[in-house]
Amino acid sequence: MTLTEMKDIAYNGLWKQNPGLVQLLGLCPLLAVSNTLVNAVSLGLATTMVMTFSSATVAPIRSYVPNEIRIPVFVLIIAVLVTVVQYLMNAYLYGLYIVLGIFVPLIVTNCIVLARAESFASKNPVLPSAFDGMMMGLGLTAVLAVLGGLREIVGKGTLLSGIDLLFGEQAKAWVIPVIPDYHGFLLAILPPGAFIGLGLIIAAKNWLDQRASRKVAPRPVAEVLPEAAQG
Amino acid sequence: MKRIARSTLQTSVNLVFFAVIGTAILSSTYYLTRDTIAATVAQAKLKLVSQLLPPTSYDNDIMQDRHTVAADEMLGTEEATQAHIARRDGKPVAVVLEAIAPDGYSGKIALIMAIHPDGSLGGVRVVSHNETPGLGDYIDIAKQDWIKTFDGRSRSLFSDEMWKVRKDGGMFDYMAGATITPRAVIMAVNRALQYFEAHRDELFVADAQPAKGAAK
Repeated sequence: MTLTEMKDIAYNGLWKQNPGLVQLLGLCPLLAVSNTLVNAVSLGLATTMVMTFSSATVAPIRSYVPNEIRIPVFVLIIAVLVTVVQYLMNAYLYGLYIVLGIFVPLIVTNCIVLARAESFASKNPVLPSAFDGMMMGLGLTAVLAVLGGLREIVGKGTLLSGIDLLFGEQAKAWVIPVIPDYHGFLLAILPPGAFIGLGLIIAAKNWLDQRASRKVAPRPVAEVLPEAAQG
Repeated sequence: MKRIARSTLQTSVNLVFFAVIGTAILSSTYYLTRDTIAATVAQAKLKLVSQLLPPTSYDNDIMQDRHTVAADEMLGTEEATQAHIARRDGKPVAVVLEAIAPDGYSGKIALIMAIHPDGSLGGVRVVSHNETPGLGDYIDIAKQDWIKTFDGRSRSLFSDEMWKVRKDGGMFDYMAGATITPRAVIMAVNRALQYFEAHRDELFVADAQPAKGAAK
């Protein structure tokens, strides 16, 4: 894997083909759990872990799996990995396990995991595949973090609430009251808030992309224009 | 025909191979994490109990002073559970019971509650649930204080009619858009209190021997 390949994969996962903003795959957990920053990032990282390992597992066995049964085998691999993650969370991150509830096992049905296994890992060697899974996962986590942060600030007026589920009781002091004496805005916490928030983030990304392409494009036009005026 | 049979067989063997490896990984993870999970769950339970009963209200070792309660329809349990008894100077202060609301929006809601000898509730907490985050999860103390509305309620003070959400004419608040969840919790608590009334004497037995049914 060369440096350019790595850069390409990272750029694809984090920005150009970002699963949360461009591919728009696996939105169910994304929208449901992104009501606080901690929940969002936790589920994002769990998904990233599953994606990294599933791509890393699919890549080396890709030539041994007959084409007809590749989907069942990929799903089996993903389901095994998710269940392992679920056991580990149940054992070592109990509070978070309770909070994320059904959405941990639901990572199995997150189509972005299978999509990367099918469209990338089944055609590439182990290292680029694992890296692609990780970058796609991190891209998703980044979107989840922004969305979770936004929804938490608007909905609850805090940031990092629930951090004690990860780091124990003493972490309760880490919660940042962004807006003091805030009474909450339920819409942001409820599912519609997730759709609105995601829409705004996608719009922001498109605006940034357009601005970037305009910056590159208009320059020759500006040079041509005076000539055209003279002509 | 023969070719179809052979390719089917080959493919199946291939699939079985992956299934066996996957199952092996799963069962080894299960056995490796089993004890840690049990210990974590027990610790979380003790923490919950300390929310239900002020630690100063009893002086016995509540985790040890327990007996097995057989699975019962009124508790919604399908397996035997442990009832813990809080005592002060040898006199029973409360019994901590586990119950399950089988009809939550997304499956079972596991509850734990402390009931005083007079049939009033010390408190109720949700141990585990799969309710929709941000919607039905307000029954969880980590999200909202709703569950505290049970504190001090009893069936002698409030008739069956009152053990409902306000929408159904009862005394419990609920959040619009998520009534199935509180309904399930309220009914489960009410049933558990009825179970308590029927089994009061057995629940407060003095010895720590299994009172009813066999330990699992």
